[in-house]
Amino acid sequence: MLDPVIFELHKTGRAAEHLPAPETPEEEILASIPERMRRRLPLRLAEVPELELARHYERLARRNHHVEKDFYPLGSCTMKYNPKVHERIASLPEFAALHPMLPETLAQGAIRLLGSMEEALAAVTGMDAFTLQPAAGAHGEFTGLSLVEAYFRKKGEDRRKVILPDSAHGTNPASVRRLSLEPVEVRSDERGEVSIDALAALVDEGTAALMLTLPNTLGLFESHLPRIVEIVHGAGAQLYLDGANLNALLGIVRPGDIGFDVMHANVHKTFSTPHGGGGPGAGPVGVKEHLRPFLPTPRPVREGDRWTWKHDFPDSIGPVHSYYGNFAVLVRAYAYIRHLGAPGLREVTEHAILGANYLRSLVEKSYPVPYRRAAMHEFVASAARFFQAANIRAMDIGKRLLDFGFYAPTISFPLIVKEALMIEPTETESRETIERFAEAMLAIAKEIEEDPERVRGAPYHTPVRRVNESLASRRPQLVWEDGADGEGAPSRG
Amino acid sequence: MSYIPHNVEDREKMLRSIGVSSVEDLLREIPRSLRFEGTLPLPPPLSQMETERELAGIAAENGAALACDSFLGGGVYDHYVPALVGATAARPEFYSAYTPYQAEVSQGTLQVIFEFQSLISRLTGMPLVNASLYDGATALVEAIWMASGERSGRSEILIARALRPSYRGVLCSHLAVSGLRLREFPFGKEGTTDLSRLKQMVSSETAAVVVESPNVFGLLEETEEAGRIAHEAGALFIQVFDPVSLAIVRTPAEAGADIAVGEGQSLGSPPNFGGPLLGLFAARAEFLRRMPGRLSGMTEDAKGARAFTLTLQTREQHIRREKATSNICTNQGLVALAAAVHLSSLGPVGLRRAALLSQERALELRKLLRESGAAFPFDGPFFREFVVRFPEESLERGLVRHLLDHRVIPGIPLEKAYPEMRGCLLVAVTEKRSRESIRRYADLVRDFADARGKGAPPDA
Repeated sequence: MLDPVIFELHKTGRAAEHLPAPETPEEEILASIPERMRRRLPLRLAEVPELELARHYERLARRNHHVEKDFYPLGSCTMKYNPKVHERIASLPEFAALHPMLPETLAQGAIRLLGSMEEALAAVTGMDAFTLQPAAGAHGEFTGLSLVEAYFRKKGEDRRKVILPDSAHGTNPASVRRLSLEPVEVRSDERGEVSIDALAALVDEGTAALMLTLPNTLGLFESHLPRIVEIVHGAGAQLYLDGANLNALLGIVRPGDIGFDVMHANVHKTFSTPHGGGGPGAGPVGVKEHLRPFLPTPRPVREGDRWTWKHDFPDSIGPVHSYYGNFAVLVRAYAYIRHLGAPGLREVTEHAILGANYLRSLVEKSYPVPYRRAAMHEFVASAARFFQAANIRAMDIGKRLLDFGFYAPTISFPLIVKEALMIEPTETESRETIERFAEAMLAIAKEIEEDPERVRGAPYHTPVRRVNESLASRRPQLVWEDGADGEGAPSRG
Repeated sequence: MSYIPHNVEDREKMLRSIGVSSVEDLLREIPRSLRFEGTLPLPPPLSQMETERELAGIAAENGAALACDSFLGGGVYDHYVPALVGATAARPEFYSAYTPYQAEVSQGTLQVIFEFQSLISRLTGMPLVNASLYDGATALVEAIWMASGERSGRSEILIARALRPSYRGVLCSHLAVSGLRLREFPFGKEGTTDLSRLKQMVSSETAAVVVESPNVFGLLEETEEAGRIAHEAGALFIQVFDPVSLAIVRTPAEAGADIAVGEGQSLGSPPNFGGPLLGLFAARAEFLRRMPGRLSGMTEDAKGARAFTLTLQTREQHIRREKATSNICTNQGLVALAAAVHLSSLGPVGLRRAALLSQERALELRKLLRESGAAFPFDGPFFREFVVRFPEESLERGLVRHLLDHRVIPGIPLEKAYPEMRGCLLVAVTEKRSRESIRRYADLVRDFADARGKGAPPDA
């Protein structure tokens, strides 16, 4: 049975009465707005009574995979459990109902929380200062690179080149472009790390930064990091950390201590805030002392026993968000850090690493892992042998996993592994869940040998069968179009 | 063992399977010289109960704000949100889901986003809407990027000085090294864009003209005329809109906007101290392949049943890398969900009531304040928000402090952003402000002024 689109539930004249009618006659209110400035276009929103609406979203909710339903092995995305208590804390009216332009005296708790969060992130990462404004990881990348750009501009140095490993997240080169800087790729060596020779050949006095993910997107630690730091700093360039994989470093490595000048943290990954079906996230940026003057404004500053917003930083790049970033997300992350403290954060990382290596040990006979080293919190397996033998792609395996009730791993990334399956269990998945997932992976491997068609046609037990993505992009239909009756019949342009 | 599900036996079994004797063995990959030896300098951990108590204590420091009647707006508004909105956004099926890359098990999120796109399209009249961006300000950055790509060869962006200052700040930070030249055109004595100055400034160098309506002062702009001026010079017209106003005010489409962006927080989300917000982004149909961000499209599954999927991903960074239309990877999915539920809960009648009630209350407060001795620098048509100027001597004697002491937050001072507007406050009134609170605001202003006549402050 097809679930209706909201406009198919519409019947004129049956919307719920959430608000009273104004006491003043409508025409009198509208008289304050000249005719030519008024809306003429009919306002065709759906009119659906509340119970019908509640059922509509109930139906849609059931068609979603989510963390509380089952495991998300998505590498680099760190889909861990989001503690319920965070939702309760973030929805306290003393947080949720606060207007951002309140006089400081009425928002002391909120400003203090932001200031304390900056301090906590600095403690965890070894950076000297943080800004919480960036609203997402990629926004953090843009902000961090802006700081680097401003730093060199202030020094009067013209450095345009930003070096990125060939295994980098796609956001990295896209963010570099946003600064009108020039992305340059450095290749990985046979151990899956940045090639030191290739890097040394690329870095010069025109280099602004090297953007590194640590552990990298293959789940490997860059063991030559001291040499990398030497090369980058030796040329006067900056070392940027893409903190997407910070879950593997808590309490074990502090980026600020080992040569990184600037980094972003994906709060929605490492610090366990919900992904919300795509957002909101938060991407705070941390810097070492020399980049501090360039941080976005305003900044929360402690003056005696009260907190205040300070705007006056002459070298600042200025604000990157309308207000102070995704406050409600940061409240959840702060609660997480307060609850876990130093020992808890370290346990997170130890168990993330343990889980990843355990899962790898269970599946690697069937799904070879090209770099034979201990994984950090994730590992990248390859389905290339299935592609060669049976024309089965990593994506087909991912789709078949959906039938087992799991989400698919990150597939076809990083680009340097053929038919990549990037898998990250996170520390919150039990041994039993990891084993159940491994069994599914092995069952699919067997199935490919016995009945590859079965795998190629997957999924079978999902709310819809395999979705035709090429049709969607060939004939894009991004909004509901009304039929001639005006009541919302589907049509395709 | 917070949120970690393994016991000692589990760990032993896992380590055995891996073939190591301890987690420490797995950390050998990390050179010793890079290891952090010691304990992170954080306060001691707390139990869940203690965490909640501590955070509630921090929240309580903001408690006095909740006891006030707030007339703050300036981009974030306190509108009524039906209970179904919060209840739906609080479902783990929505909040704990990931970006819907695997369409077959993400139909809920994908259909909600499709419905969000459709609803915003109907609200704005614009045919093309994306799945949301971070906030209104960064949505405007994306609009300018898209416009400059569309009008490549033109390097100038003309921006109304009556665009809210937080947006102008974000534009400067994001476009400082873009090679684009940002120039401001002034507002006139009426507080709205000086169209004759705009006409003089626009040229064959202009890629886009940006006007906000209602503008920073709450005033409705002559958007249609501004759009015509932009188009005559071959530039694109970008309108910044307020979604609630569109229930009664001319849409960006009717004004001829090429791109329309706005802040969607007022559709179903609490103020949250300014975040998360909701960047709305809409455009004319021909910009389809230049759009930033995510798009949910309607298609079919292998059996021909209706299905939804993220589409046109070749625009996006995970496919196109440095050639992507934008670096944006996440959207504000959950906030967009709240907006979709909000618009569908209120329906056209409810949204219109929210707009009319806000306008009714704003008109009433303006009238009462006038009777209490306040002045108004601008007389033009406005929506929900207006600028008031209090007598200099009242301000010097601490009128604002007096109002705060009586738990009225009277508005946002404009002087910092507009030095010529000394003593002016931006006052926003939504349907949630009661008649009594409006009356009390005006009474406090009048009593304070009267007390001066008697030679003493009213509390003395």
